[in-house]
Amino acid sequence: MMVDVNNISVTYLTGDLRNRGLKEYLMMRMKGQYQTKLFNALRGVSFTLEKGDMLGIVGTNGAGKSTLLKVISGIMLPTEGYCKTNGRIAALLELGAGFDGEMTVRENTYLRGAMMGYTKDFMNEMYPEIIAFAELEDFQNRPFRHLSTGMSSRLAFSICSLVRPDILILDEVLSVGDGAFRAKSEAKMSEILASGATTLFVSHTLSQVRSICNKVLWLNKGEQIAFGATEEVCDLYEASLAKKSG
Amino acid sequence: MMDRARRYSFLFEELVKRDFKHKYKRTILGMLWSLLSPLAQLLVLNIIFINFFGRTQPHYTTYLFTGLMVFTYFNDATTQGMRALDANAYIISKINVPKYLFVFSRIVSSLINFTLTLVIYLVFVAVDQIPLTFTFFTLFYPIVFLTIMNIGLALILSALHIFFKDLEYLYSIFTMLVMYASAIFYSTESFSPGLRRVFYLNPVYDFILYFRTVVIDGAIPSLELHLICAGYALAAFLLGFWLYRKYNYQFLYYM
Repeated sequence: MMVDVNNISVTYLTGDLRNRGLKEYLMMRMKGQYQTKLFNALRGVSFTLEKGDMLGIVGTNGAGKSTLLKVISGIMLPTEGYCKTNGRIAALLELGAGFDGEMTVRENTYLRGAMMGYTKDFMNEMYPEIIAFAELEDFQNRPFRHLSTGMSSRLAFSICSLVRPDILILDEVLSVGDGAFRAKSEAKMSEILASGATTLFVSHTLSQVRSICNKVLWLNKGEQIAFGATEEVCDLYEASLAKKSG
Repeated sequence: MMDRARRYSFLFEELVKRDFKHKYKRTILGMLWSLLSPLAQLLVLNIIFINFFGRTQPHYTTYLFTGLMVFTYFNDATTQGMRALDANAYIISKINVPKYLFVFSRIVSSLINFTLTLVIYLVFVAVDQIPLTFTFFTLFYPIVFLTIMNIGLALILSALHIFFKDLEYLYSIFTMLVMYASAIFYSTESFSPGLRRVFYLNPVYDFILYFRTVVIDGAIPSLELHLICAGYALAAFLLGFWLYRKYNYQFLYYM
């Protein structure tokens, strides 16, 4: 078993808690206006995945898909239940974000590599390859803010695609860039997917899910509606979408 | 375990480099400036207090510099550390890395700055005709414990800062009060013994006192002062560590 998600729930407080200053908080407390309520981002989700499984996670916005990926990648702890994973995890969530505009492309590459859990030797060895794959040879010592959005996601993809994980977690990042690079990144992605890693990914493109996943999890407002074989769950999901819009 | 340590040591190294570069905007002048700014402060206070308030105590420049140096390290490390989690929220909420690394890296970057100031300080001390002796090695003691205290306070403050964004302003007022209560430019000798004891409640004062006892008086501080410094440091560290352990996964929900 590679991933064992057992009855997990994530509950937290929302309401006046967020983005309040201390002064404002005290004022609201005194006036008795302070209100919070419990929010269930996930409720009682359970499933297991074996080696080589490809899980597609579907559901409308706010279904708890990203929260689930965060729990599995270890960024968040569930409030109830447990999640056990077996092996090295690589979570590629929102690739393009989180680079530092003031630092050079080279520095950003090393920093991101360090965050991905690569060693220094590995980075020294792979650095030329990363830059070459991202086609950013001429930009290595330029500040990162000089890069276009496309260039930045190319770099992010190149760093991430070096991983050889046992469990791969993706948040809608199957390919990036335009034209030639798109083809290149899709090829690289298929290579990783074919390496036998257990993969979980969130997608809004049902045709994509149907073509690569062997299992599908459907979430709605934090609750697990269905988990099972691709065709079965996709059909159910499609039917519900059709009903809603019709 | 070894793998984990090696992996995070690389990340930590990269984070310290980043914070250091950010601080100085990668210019020599930026680095020089961070050394010049306490020196400029020193110069101004020196002129004011010697000329206008007629401070005549021996080694007043060293006395003043000691206080400024210790306070600046405390202020810089805790203020920078407080912002560490919030400033890196975009990373912490996307990648599974230990969050305390971001706080520690800010402290280390302040410690490097402090060490550079310390070198200049020792030059000033020599110019002030104070003999540099082996007793000076005892200064490692307050430096180590002040760093531990800074880590502890930064862990506490950074956790609170996630919930209360205006903490920055409130904390800057607080540190200003601490500065005035640390006897940086005045001496506590004119106060009554009872009032003088109150100063010991301020940890920054205690660390400054330790430095002054070693450097200006050429003596090793009392056992009592050793215990006070260690006590404050460990209390802050344990509280910070406990808060972090208990709440660090919950930060995510509010980022």
